[in-house]
Amino acid sequence: MSQYTAVTPEDLQVMLGAIGVGSIEELFSSIPQALRLQRDIDLPPGQPEQAVFAELRELASRNVSSEDEITFLGAGMYDHYVPAIVDMLITRSEFLTPYTPYQPEISQGGLQVMFEFQTAISELTGLPVSNASLYEGPSAVGAAAYLAKLSNKRTRHLVSRGVHPDSRETLQTLAAGYGTTSTEIGLDEGLTDLEALREALSDEIGAVIIQQPNFLGAIEDVEAIAAAAHEHGALVICAADPLTLGVLEAPGNQGADVVVGEGQTLGNRLDFGGPSFGFFAATEAHLRRMPGRIAGETTDADGRRGFVLTLQTREQHIRREKATSNICTSQALNALAGVIYLSWLGRRGIVEIGELMLQRTHYARETLAALDGVHKLHDRPVVREFALRLDAPVDRVLDRCAAAGINAGFALRRAYEEHPDGLLVAITEQRSRADIDRLADVLGEAVAAERTATEATV
Amino acid sequence: MADASYPDDLLYHAEHDWARLDSDEDVATFGITWFAQDALGEVVFFDPPEVGSSVTADEFYAEVESVKAVSDVIAPLSGEIIEVNIALADKPESINEDPYGDGWMVKVKLSDPSETDALIDAETYRSSLS
Amino acid sequence: MTSLEGGATAQQRERATTIFEKGAAGRRAFVAPELDVPQVEGLIPEGSRRAKAPLLPEVSEPEIVRHYVNLSKRNFDLDSGFYPLGSCTMKHNPRLHERVAALPGHARLHPLQDPRRAQGALELMFNLQEALAEIAGLPHVSLQPSAGSHGELAGVLLTRAYHADRGEQRTKVLTPDSAHGTNPATVTMGGYEVVKVALDTAGGVDLDDLRAKTDDQVACLMLTNPSTLGIFDPNVEQMASIVHEAGATLYYDGANLNAIMGYSRPGDMGFDIVHFNLHKTFTQPHGGGGPGAGPIAVSERIEPFLPRPQLVRRESSNGAAAPRYGLDHERPKSIGKLRGFQGNYGVFVRTYAYIRSLGAEGLKDVSEVAVLNANYLLARLREEVGEHLPLAFGERCMHEFVLTGAPLKKELGIRTLDLAKRLLDHGMHPPTVYFPLVVDEALLIEPTETETRETLDAFVDAIAAIVAEAAEDPEIARNAPYTTPVRRLDEAGAAKRPRVREAIEPEAG
Repeated sequence: MSQYTAVTPEDLQVMLGAIGVGSIEELFSSIPQALRLQRDIDLPPGQPEQAVFAELRELASRNVSSEDEITFLGAGMYDHYVPAIVDMLITRSEFLTPYTPYQPEISQGGLQVMFEFQTAISELTGLPVSNASLYEGPSAVGAAAYLAKLSNKRTRHLVSRGVHPDSRETLQTLAAGYGTTSTEIGLDEGLTDLEALREALSDEIGAVIIQQPNFLGAIEDVEAIAAAAHEHGALVICAADPLTLGVLEAPGNQGADVVVGEGQTLGNRLDFGGPSFGFFAATEAHLRRMPGRIAGETTDADGRRGFVLTLQTREQHIRREKATSNICTSQALNALAGVIYLSWLGRRGIVEIGELMLQRTHYARETLAALDGVHKLHDRPVVREFALRLDAPVDRVLDRCAAAGINAGFALRRAYEEHPDGLLVAITEQRSRADIDRLADVLGEAVAAERTATEATV
Repeated sequence: MADASYPDDLLYHAEHDWARLDSDEDVATFGITWFAQDALGEVVFFDPPEVGSSVTADEFYAEVESVKAVSDVIAPLSGEIIEVNIALADKPESINEDPYGDGWMVKVKLSDPSETDALIDAETYRSSLS
Repeated sequence: MTSLEGGATAQQRERATTIFEKGAAGRRAFVAPELDVPQVEGLIPEGSRRAKAPLLPEVSEPEIVRHYVNLSKRNFDLDSGFYPLGSCTMKHNPRLHERVAALPGHARLHPLQDPRRAQGALELMFNLQEALAEIAGLPHVSLQPSAGSHGELAGVLLTRAYHADRGEQRTKVLTPDSAHGTNPATVTMGGYEVVKVALDTAGGVDLDDLRAKTDDQVACLMLTNPSTLGIFDPNVEQMASIVHEAGATLYYDGANLNAIMGYSRPGDMGFDIVHFNLHKTFTQPHGGGGPGAGPIAVSERIEPFLPRPQLVRRESSNGAAAPRYGLDHERPKSIGKLRGFQGNYGVFVRTYAYIRSLGAEGLKDVSEVAVLNANYLLARLREEVGEHLPLAFGERCMHEFVLTGAPLKKELGIRTLDLAKRLLDHGMHPPTVYFPLVVDEALLIEPTETETRETLDAFVDAIAAIVAEAAEDPEIARNAPYTTPVRRLDEAGAAKRPRVREAIEPEAG
């Protein structure tokens, strides 16, 4: 018996009696002796709750989180404020503990949440149909490429180098299974090279995949890219940062056929990379081919409005080998956090937060680029993230900043070998002007110190 | 359609599809049988092939979906599709209500009318179901 | 104590209104921080500026809270009642896990934080990997996959990479007819053809059929043991040798791991690749459909192909300092990434807390009580309603069992579906219905180890009452449920004319 199981000696006696065996051991007799573990599981003994809590807290104390430093680290996940109502609502038993809603009559809460989420994503992306979540951003890009292949049967895709490196790599991994190849289109001063794209396009290309804003923070010309792609019958897949879609035009309104993305910025914590959610929206034509769960509206036997999982024939539990994806468990609770967050932000808030990031990002970029030894890596319009070039080893600069309590950003060298001195800096509504000024001070000092150190060793 | 019915004037395929030969022996209409629609449950979607595409006997040419199942629709005979039943887009339940009438799926110009030899009659099909 | 009325409250029965139908122009919950930098025009090129703001709701915080709290009350959940969904392992979710997952050191840690400043997280992940390796009986683990089916996809892609590395291009993957739907769907996404293997009369894999179908084009056999019928297939060793002799890999779907911890390990049965469902066996809360996690454990020969990055531990050179943990991206034979960053870390924190709470003895207790509870429930149901709902295969079971409702349908005229819907009026979640597909009118029941005998007895009473009621008047169950917030829903209509979002009226002017 543990704190979670409840078989008393009396229970055991009654239960074994009802079953008709003498011991629990007999219930495992179908496992041949040769396959039996002949020892205990080699793990330490169980600990009481207080001790487990202490251990988990000790492990937490050896992580430097956004609680402990002022962070400008982005590159796909961002330190946004998560309102208290999100925590309170998603830890309610009725949302936290049920399974996927296979019995709709007692799952109207969860199903309506999905319907509301789908509506919100549709609004943000400018596309009419959305699913109820995928795992996260990069695998959503992979799922979109799979849909493109199912849709037009073409097996070659073009992917901008501005798409998140994890998305590009996930795409390669998944494509090895479903049989597509992707060719990379390079960047020209921080933006997808339109000329190179036009040259690479042909009637063999099934999809063009871009990101908005791209990984280097720049605003892509989605309309031009979409027009070029459509001339050749290729689908346009755009991965978008949802929190910028209050100020940036919806890619769905600019010609994207599928808009996907990482949902972490919508009410979800950083959590060292997960769980968050991916979103997936598309034009009506692709509804019956879309992956993931979809909630649909209907009526009950008394004419009441209700919601059900619909178009389930796309899914694994019915269509099996012909399913449009294999997804079963996705990220329902994180999607709930997302729709609560979007309701909290509201119609004005999504614009305000976008404007705030836009202005502060501009201020940050101008301020930092004015420092000695710091330059803009590109000068394209940006919204919430931008790339710099440092005249000093980036890793050492970052260490100095960290020692001063500032995480200055992402060393681009980690993902773009052509930018060994690059630094990607992210802005959220949590980074005030004072924080940005502090970053400027600390970064300026760090770069200066490292340049001196380098000169000294030369 | 409440009761099982298998009209005598049709030819049947073991995979629960029927063919009606037009007076012009080179053209046939295809659909699925009462048994098939009953097994599927209420049909919610029929995805027709394109006019002009070809079908091959014994191979699937379309899918029909109910809430809980997807089924391949098998071609009883080979040929070229000359017409599809577009009314099924709005009223897929015709396949349940009138599988041999309003629930027809495609009309095909046959490439090899002698393939009808391989099909079975209503009597044979009916007894194969029990 | 069930009736045809009452149950759902008037409030629960109210017409469903979405958050988009609430609020009014000008209401707000978010208060934007002040713009503390100079405002500059023209930062976004004209063509990229949003022309019309997305039509999100305009609501105050109290409106949001009331809306979602009331919505939550239209859900049945595991904390509230019995949830014997077969194949899903609906065991209690300890609340300690929420508390530790919320610690800022875990919750607010950025995935790209310098590993030197994330040692607590990396150590946690490494320790979790070791524990999972021990439970699986396979040495190498990746925590990256985000759900069971994601782990399955990893397994198929690893298999592909393994064969390609040996210069082979195999084309088929075998799965038994009783397999969970994610198995064949995954196989197709992995670029293989699905070949079904028949079951024998005992519900296990038919060895002759397996032998006949295992040729040099078979890349992998995907299995779970116990199977989805809740039966441990004793021939698993023979299956392993048939498959391995043909040079194929053997994949274990870990959905049913709850039955065998401390008793047997898939690695010892001969499996090369195992996935875990952390949201099943390891009590990550189901969340209404996720998040979960589907980490994998693999044998030595599969290790080089694991997703990257892999967690590594370096002992200090003199042994005096603590070991350092890192992420190794240099893995030339890796299949690459299945997703961004390292995986669902928040799930790892909870799972780790669970394993530390239970320990070796506690994990074995889990499987013992899971199997005991299932067999007790089976014995009692047999006693009460055995002629109408007999066991589909075998005599006993492991942690779950499948009944067939075919006699019930024939004799009393109600189907498994009707039984399930009437159970809702008894305040219980029905078992899994119509799965596995190999059983007619299937009812797959998994009580899990966290239920008490009293709860199991109450479930038996409810089933017996429904069957007795059906003998009197089958119409009652056929039109159930009556006491839930909505009654039976028109699923055909939803599929024919899908409405998958709210239509929103833009405000005038």
